[in-house]
Amino acid sequence: MAEYQNIFTAVQIRGPAYPGVPHDEGQRDRIGKPFFNYWVGKIGDSQIGPIYLGTTGVLSVLCGFIALFIIGFNMGASVGYSPMKFFQQFFWLALEPPNAEYGLHIPPLAKGGWWLITGFFLTTSILLWWVRTYRRAVALGTGTHMAWAFASAIWLYLVIGFIRPLLMGSWSEAPPFGIFPHLDWTSAFSIAYGNLYYNPFHMLSIAFLYGSALLFAMHAGTILSVTRYGGDREIDQIVDRGTAAERAALFWRWTMGFNASMESIHRWAYWFSVLVVITGGIGILLTGTVVDNWYLWGIKHGLVPPYPITGVPVPDPASLPGAL
Amino acid sequence: MRTMLFAKHKALPLAAVGIALLMAGCEGPPPQSTQYPYSYRGVGQNAFVNPRILAKLHEANVAPESLAPAVPIPVAAGSVYQNLQVLGDVSITEFTRQMSAIAEWIVPKDQWVNGQGCVYCHDLNNMAADTKYQKVVARSMIKMTKRANVDWQAHVAPTGVTCYTCHRGQPIPKYVWTTNPGEKPHTSGYVGNQNRLSAVTAYTSLPFDPLTTYFDKEAVIALTPPTAVAPFHPKTVNTKNAEGTYALMNYISRSLGVGCNHCHNSRQFADWAQSSPQRVKGWYAIRMVREANKNFILPLTDIIPAVNKGPLGDPKRIGCETCHQGVNKPLFGAEMAKDYPALLTPPATAPAAPAAAPAAAEPAPAQVEAVPASEPKVTGLAGTAAGVM
Repeated sequence: MAEYQNIFTAVQIRGPAYPGVPHDEGQRDRIGKPFFNYWVGKIGDSQIGPIYLGTTGVLSVLCGFIALFIIGFNMGASVGYSPMKFFQQFFWLALEPPNAEYGLHIPPLAKGGWWLITGFFLTTSILLWWVRTYRRAVALGTGTHMAWAFASAIWLYLVIGFIRPLLMGSWSEAPPFGIFPHLDWTSAFSIAYGNLYYNPFHMLSIAFLYGSALLFAMHAGTILSVTRYGGDREIDQIVDRGTAAERAALFWRWTMGFNASMESIHRWAYWFSVLVVITGGIGILLTGTVVDNWYLWGIKHGLVPPYPITGVPVPDPASLPGAL
Repeated sequence: MRTMLFAKHKALPLAAVGIALLMAGCEGPPPQSTQYPYSYRGVGQNAFVNPRILAKLHEANVAPESLAPAVPIPVAAGSVYQNLQVLGDVSITEFTRQMSAIAEWIVPKDQWVNGQGCVYCHDLNNMAADTKYQKVVARSMIKMTKRANVDWQAHVAPTGVTCYTCHRGQPIPKYVWTTNPGEKPHTSGYVGNQNRLSAVTAYTSLPFDPLTTYFDKEAVIALTPPTAVAPFHPKTVNTKNAEGTYALMNYISRSLGVGCNHCHNSRQFADWAQSSPQRVKGWYAIRMVREANKNFILPLTDIIPAVNKGPLGDPKRIGCETCHQGVNKPLFGAEMAKDYPALLTPPATAPAAPAAAPAAAEPAPAQVEAVPASEPKVTGLAGTAAGVM
């Protein structure tokens, strides 16, 4: 019984290392002699390698490291290159975008120029990696679903850090590169624009995010629970439904009156996850460009639940006689 | 073959140690919550109090016993002593009593001479002389205290303040501040005074010196746009400024030992109609602190020795924490001031610094330092008029 409730993989396949299906150019550019690792096998395939980076992969990693180094050295510079302070305050340190006074102009390096350069390299790195995911999928003869899912995440990234600042006419509207600083920026952003929770696209994004987690747990639980009947061959069972698929379907039909199919559950999961970032990106794009105060927007459209204010409403002291 | 990272008999204690380390960051016993009286049920506008921490605060914030009342003798101190610029109209007995109280409140016992603390400020050969800078500072501080009790009732009433509210037996109050210039960046890449480990902003990464920005410079604090739809141009919101306001609010929250919803309804921080009456107190407090620093502390810059100043040579100034010290009512609301009538009246003669009525002296709350005065001011008025803010 407990065998089926493992955290770690119960089965490890060991055979001669497999270099992967040949792509349209055979095995070209696949480098490294494959080897096996028992502990990696606990969470995935125990075979490591061969790896393939190719031109876009190499350039992407290079650009990514350049961005990381610039961020790291700027963080270091801000504490006077003290290693002690760097580690003590690591989660607080950041590379900030330029101040509002620079608008969309290019500021001196010390005033946010480094932030722009980092943004360029990080974006280049991410876009090159996208090209790589697309081209690998084509080379392997698979669908390009992964590339488009990744693209939707890139959409949110670009909206927050590039497209919206462009529309707002100021790089200062973009977030900093830093652990706590980007979180504090998020809070400040929400407060500044009148509470992002009243942004319907933010609501959708959260619903899809939590929904993704729920679907993920439901699907994983279902498949693991019917593995003993061959349910792990779920893709086969899309068209060749066996007792595993029947039992899984029956479980959900009995518990919630409806069941997904072996095919449709993957479409549910795919669209729920990509819609997290697609709707999120729309919500951010509208903030400050179209809607200034989401709470007041919610009042205007009957979205905000009214509740009675007890006692005498407090006046704005700035509005009282003699205050100005 | 089965291998295990740890034998079972070792794994259990290791897990226990791990869990203990995780729990070490927790606060116990569980805090108690009370719904704020101004709020609506079920919307989470609750005060959270941890009884263990509250007990410690109670120990640390005790008002001293008031001195025995003075025998009323209708002789003004100014007619007996020379050079009384602010307490001249107080009766001679009350004056002496007040001086004794100040010595108790300000001068540590190890600096007392012959059982008296007078020497900390006074030249014993000539008590009237302003030879010691401490005496000049004390005069300005008495003016400041009187000013707060008389003209800033919107913030301090009905409790009032005394020297002890801040000083707590020390010549320099513990919770004062000076401008924090940050560390000099070695090369570059450093925008804004933020992203440091700082207690001032309650350990956020927000701008670490909101006090200089908002108490010295009167930068705009209000930030939320009063309209739902964004104007095409100019854009009214600046997220970086929002971080500044957020930093100041974190400082206030930490200074008073309260959460945001002590004053605000967090669904719309800007909306006065949904805020608590405490928010109005806070609004006046910010203006009181600005005025106190500007009129009563900064003018002393030249006479205060460098050792008692900040790295930029600015004097130590007051903020919310100076009086509050982690408690939303300083000294848990102990009414000390009513026992010291000398601190409750306007100064005998007009203070040297021009100090008009607070409302008149105070610039518009929404005045941006960088914006010329001729530009229209952004205020919450439009929202108030619309009945939604």
